[in-house]
Amino acid sequence: MQKDSIVEIEGVWFGYDAARPVLRDINLTIPRGAVVGIMGQSGCGKTTLLRIIMAAYLPTRGTAKVLGGATRDLDRDGLYAMRRKMGMLFQFGALFTDLSVYENVAFPMREHGELPEELIHDLVMLKLQAVGLRGAAQRMPTELSGGMGRRVALARSIALDPRLILYDEPFTGLDPISFGVIVRLIRELNDSLGATSIIVTHDVQEALGVVDYVYFMAAGQVIAQGTPDEIRSSSEPFVNQFVNGKLEGPVPFHYPAQDYGADLELAAS
Amino acid sequence: MIVPREKIVQQLRERLERLGSRVTSIVWRLGFASRFLYYLVMHSGTALRRFRLTVAEVYFAGVLSLVIILVSGLFVGMVLALQGYETLQRFGASESLGVLVALSLVRELGPVVAGLLFASRAGSAITAEIGLMKATEQLSAMEMMAVDPVARVVAPRFWGGVISMPLLAALFSAMGIFGGYLVGVQLIGVDAGAFWSQMQAAVDLRNDIMNGVIKSVVFGIAVTWIAVFEGYDAPPTAEGVSRATTRTVVTSSLAILALDFVLTALMFTGGNTK
Repeated sequence: MQKDSIVEIEGVWFGYDAARPVLRDINLTIPRGAVVGIMGQSGCGKTTLLRIIMAAYLPTRGTAKVLGGATRDLDRDGLYAMRRKMGMLFQFGALFTDLSVYENVAFPMREHGELPEELIHDLVMLKLQAVGLRGAAQRMPTELSGGMGRRVALARSIALDPRLILYDEPFTGLDPISFGVIVRLIRELNDSLGATSIIVTHDVQEALGVVDYVYFMAAGQVIAQGTPDEIRSSSEPFVNQFVNGKLEGPVPFHYPAQDYGADLELAAS
Repeated sequence: MIVPREKIVQQLRERLERLGSRVTSIVWRLGFASRFLYYLVMHSGTALRRFRLTVAEVYFAGVLSLVIILVSGLFVGMVLALQGYETLQRFGASESLGVLVALSLVRELGPVVAGLLFASRAGSAITAEIGLMKATEQLSAMEMMAVDPVARVVAPRFWGGVISMPLLAALFSAMGIFGGYLVGVQLIGVDAGAFWSQMQAAVDLRNDIMNGVIKSVVFGIAVTWIAVFEGYDAPPTAEGVSRATTRTVVTSSLAILALDFVLTALMFTGGNTK
């Protein structure tokens, strides 16, 4: 593993069904301290790749090295030891609905240590202050807006000061103000914690404003990579269509179907 | 019309294949559920060490089921007394009403009816809660925080249910006896002394009460095991959780009735061989 990289994916193949691989020969490196975007169309395999990184799935072929070790070699204790150094923001927050905002953020601290209550209180307030929701500490998740819920989940994911933070579609369903807040928090928290962040998203324009480097995926493969400026000016037809939201391009508007006339039974008449 | 022999053989083969596939699927699922129970028991350390997690589930499964258990117990006892008196008086044995009510409740109706009510009220709620936690990625979030959801979420609910069920069955029986007293003694006029003293003389601690307790413990394990397994195994969709909840109630009810027959047969045989 390279000294300055925190994740290395080498020749990874993966499929839920052996006949239809979702990931095909993926190679990528996530440098330490960077905010890296993995972008592409829905269904291109980027969330599956994120699950390979968090060791929810093991590669069918190839190696995924995360935080210094190959995920394939980890036993249960090793896996949990690795995950204690990671934070994850799920697409819709995945807050525990039976716990208050305060208890949600305190949850990882209570589960992984015998910290005194005063210290837990101070740490929770510190994390909630970082996402601007200290005043909502006693609210229940059902009383929060979508954007607030995402910020609480972000506070929970950084509760143990992780070295690697994973974001699964963090911008989905957010209003412009909440979106701006989340973008700013991702950058600020990454830099202030000295962490590394991986953002999986299809909100390309929004994400290009926050990431340092981008891997672009299509049909289970990395088809382009580079800095945000390089991606914006890419001549690769798929990237160009996707970044600029064009109707015409390698991704057709119509899902494959039989002849339109045959469907309308025009030939018979 | 003559059906070709090949077609009959083909149809027969298809039916046998479907039957075989169904049986294999049931056996596979039973094996999976057994391995799940083994894993759950082996990872119950958190639920027992941090006992307040289990106590919270005793409240959820047990205390919140109290109203339905107590009210049902009262009415079952009252109906037993009415029906029992009707039959007993024909034989001039109406003073044995207390024995009839108590034995029926302690040996049979208490554990069985409380078990069925427990499956409907608490079992379905446990399945729905765990299933929804899975569908909203709360269990995945725990995994990502290096917290085992079976140890943190499933085990406390399992032990909470196992502890609650015998207590609820005992309260059901006690309430039923009180209902029987209200109808038999207060309403119909059976002698109170005969009602209680005959009950005290006829109900045996080991053969009647302990057998009832054993039944309620077994039903508690069966219902809660089915409930947590169905919730944990539910497809993470609205339809998946809904189907899992229904399966919990149906499977638990059938399991209670089947186990009741097996346990009663074993206990009855045990009584005869003395």
